[in-house]
Amino acid sequence: MMVVITYDVRTVDSSGQRRLRQVAKVCQNYGQRVQNSVFECIVDAAEWAALKLRLIELIDPEQDSLRFYQLGNQYKNKVEHVGIKTSLDLEGPLIL
Amino acid sequence: MKKLLNTLFINQPDVYLSLDGDNIVLLKEQEKLGRLPLHNLESIVSFGYTGASPALMGYCAERNISIVFMTINGRFLARVIGASRGNVVLRKKQYAISEDEALSARVARNFILGKVYNHKWMLERMTRDYPLRIDVAQFKETSLHLSGLMLGIRECEELERLRGLEGQAAVSYNKFLDSMILQQKEDFFFHTRSRRPPLDNVNAMLSLAYTLLANDMASALEGVGLDAYVGFMHRDRPGRASLALDVMEELRGIYADRFVLSLINKKVLNSGDFIRKENGAVLLTEEGRKKFLTAWQSRKQDKITHPYLGENISWGLVPHVQALLLARYLRGDLDEYPPFLWK
Repeated sequence: MMVVITYDVRTVDSSGQRRLRQVAKVCQNYGQRVQNSVFECIVDAAEWAALKLRLIELIDPEQDSLRFYQLGNQYKNKVEHVGIKTSLDLEGPLIL
Repeated sequence: MKKLLNTLFINQPDVYLSLDGDNIVLLKEQEKLGRLPLHNLESIVSFGYTGASPALMGYCAERNISIVFMTINGRFLARVIGASRGNVVLRKKQYAISEDEALSARVARNFILGKVYNHKWMLERMTRDYPLRIDVAQFKETSLHLSGLMLGIRECEELERLRGLEGQAAVSYNKFLDSMILQQKEDFFFHTRSRRPPLDNVNAMLSLAYTLLANDMASALEGVGLDAYVGFMHRDRPGRASLALDVMEELRGIYADRFVLSLINKKVLNSGDFIRKENGAVLLTEEGRKKFLTAWQSRKQDKITHPYLGENISWGLVPHVQALLLARYLRGDLDEYPPFLWK
């Protein structure tokens, strides 16, 4: 299934910048960055549980926010892209 | 059932593969070409020379993602495998059977039975689908001949005799491979199998398809804990995945030949996708290989009902299922190895 993760991390102090880097890193390990703080992850249920837990542990709920959009398995007709930097289709033929 | 994960093909000679976190990063002259999370991948096939970082190889070996290196022409160079996994007892059983001629023959005959059965039904399918374009009488006659050979194979207890019967079946089937090419006949023909190097377009495609299938088969066998290098019919030779070649026999026609035929008959590839070298070798161009691999990947996504398990799986999982069934037979959970019989 595909999950879209977006986040806002407050970066006024250095601990905020650290959180931002860590959140980005965890997201990047599971999916591809489609815009600056937007990630598309293709995960199964177990991977999703682990990923979600990691992210919730990382942020400071007083200052930051996370949003998860579950697009399910039939995500292909729910996503439309306009403009530069199209993403790779991770489930289609991967020939680079 | 296991989920069929994707295969990443690197189709350019100068790309370096490296690891960053849980991602594979493709570098071309220090420039980032792509970055993919590895948990979506099941194998990586690289056509080129630049290489991969040891960190990436270690990561993949640990997680059972196979990395295969090929030359730009599609000749197999190396496959990265990690520490042996799975069950020692199973492997020992495999070695014991492989040492014993009669026991080996008993397993091997099922691979060959599957092969001949699938070839027979490929011929029958042609007579059903294109009765006006082929010589139906000849096809039917060979199909009958193959049925006769199957009876012999079913009872065969000696490896030498089995090889003989297999050879006979292969000769009768190969004669018809050319008649199964219905389109673009001036550019695509099959007279005889040539390899290292392949000397015509069809052989170039067959070679690539067999190599890809052999890699998938070897990974699948390693994945269920078997040793892909110890076979029952193919003799042991350093660096040769004999068991993968053994199990592959039943899939050659139905999985590889039929795929190549469909590429020709649907005109996915044409004569412009091949180049001829000075020594007569025929190779796919970069563009041609891309078309080939794209079609190969989408074929793997097609859903079928496995004839023995009755379960709905993707084509790409067939090697894995056969490896699993073979492991069950060696463990004694099945009385006989059930080959993949596709009608």
